[in-house]
Amino acid sequence: MIPTEFDYKRATSLDEAIQLLSSSSEAKLLAGGHSLIPLMKLRLSEPETLVDIGRIPDIKGIREREGKIGIGAGTTHHEVETSDLLREKAPVVADCAGEIGDPQVRNRGTLGGSLAHADPAADYPAVMLAIDAEFHIKGGNGWRTVKASDFFQDMFTVDLADDEIIVNAMFDPIQSASYAKLHQRASHYAIIGVAAALGVENGLIQWARLGLTGAIGYAVRMPNVEEALIGKQPEQDTIDAAAGIAGDGLEDINSDLHASAEYRRAMIKVFTRRALEGAVARL
Amino acid sequence: MSEKATVSITVNGKVHEEEVEPRLLLVHFLREHLGLTGTHVGCDTSQCGACTVHIDGASAKSCTVFAAQADGSEVTTIEGVGSQDNLHPMQEGFWEEHGLQCGYCTPGMIMSAINLLNENPKPTEKEIREGIAGNLCRCTGYQHIVKAVQYAAEKGVVR
Repeated sequence: MIPTEFDYKRATSLDEAIQLLSSSSEAKLLAGGHSLIPLMKLRLSEPETLVDIGRIPDIKGIREREGKIGIGAGTTHHEVETSDLLREKAPVVADCAGEIGDPQVRNRGTLGGSLAHADPAADYPAVMLAIDAEFHIKGGNGWRTVKASDFFQDMFTVDLADDEIIVNAMFDPIQSASYAKLHQRASHYAIIGVAAALGVENGLIQWARLGLTGAIGYAVRMPNVEEALIGKQPEQDTIDAAAGIAGDGLEDINSDLHASAEYRRAMIKVFTRRALEGAVARL
Repeated sequence: MSEKATVSITVNGKVHEEEVEPRLLLVHFLREHLGLTGTHVGCDTSQCGACTVHIDGASAKSCTVFAAQADGSEVTTIEGVGSQDNLHPMQEGFWEEHGLQCGYCTPGMIMSAINLLNENPKPTEKEIREGIAGNLCRCTGYQHIVKAVQYAAEKGVVR
């Protein structure tokens, strides 16, 4: 399968990439290409210009600064999966990256590409919601910051203008968080994926954030599950009760050849329970 | 007609400089421009792994990379692994353990398996299965492929 013709421009800096995006018509960013190139081969996407940002050093790497962790948008899933810093300070993020696709995909695909593409079955969005990440974005009008909870708006639709680039994702270190996923066996996309993060003080759950992917058009929090956890002890009865209402009230559940809506509804509860058990195990 | 891109790609140790269409995929650069047909096109949808090569030492599906993206990179294909007279330990493993039937997936499978052992020289059976999760085989049921990788791990694989 051959994509339609396009002009190829390689940016060597963030500002050059923004300038190329602004000055080219129908331009798209190319990072790892593992969401975009398959779409172009199917001719579902026919950009006139590709701006290759795969070699911009400013958007790569994983750092800790002033107590926050930042992952450059151009960092590959494999780099996230194998990061000692993340394994120590935010293991759920490394776990999630290790669940994406397969080794070859993880060697090429990037955090920013996954977030900007916002596939309904992508893994990262669920975890970004659970760890309350914020994204630093730069465009023709300068910098802005968007919280994950405001970023994902609809299927393949995010709060990102045509001339903007996600530069990094920032979040606080977190131990008590976990990601549980039902794999589609060939593509390894999430049929259902649930990320859970918990805060416990004095033996009681003070806050909870649950991110869900694969269920509807875009990743969402599960506020009813979060409310059911707050003020309770982090034990199995609490988890079972909260997981038992996961997905209740959610409409327009995806249904495709991999899983019916009814099956997905059942799996939301199962994988919410597993994610919560994983988070409690890390308390 | 879009402007061509000039690429310089080192394949199996030899530098190739060419003008290519930006939309040319790396797998077609390898097969059609260089005649290296050991790298196969299977599903053409980034799933089956038959087109797996190494780019700068890391496994990648060459049907999902533009040749222009590989400019300046070092690419290794199955032709750059071992020789008829001196098989790479992984190739020897596939031979000894009957790790193939029709052979279509084999070049990609070997490139993925070498990538795995480069990162994890003594993998468990589970780690081997995860390491080849990006490669589909419709013949063997994978059991003999796992044994082939174990054989190579025993012998010790060098890059």
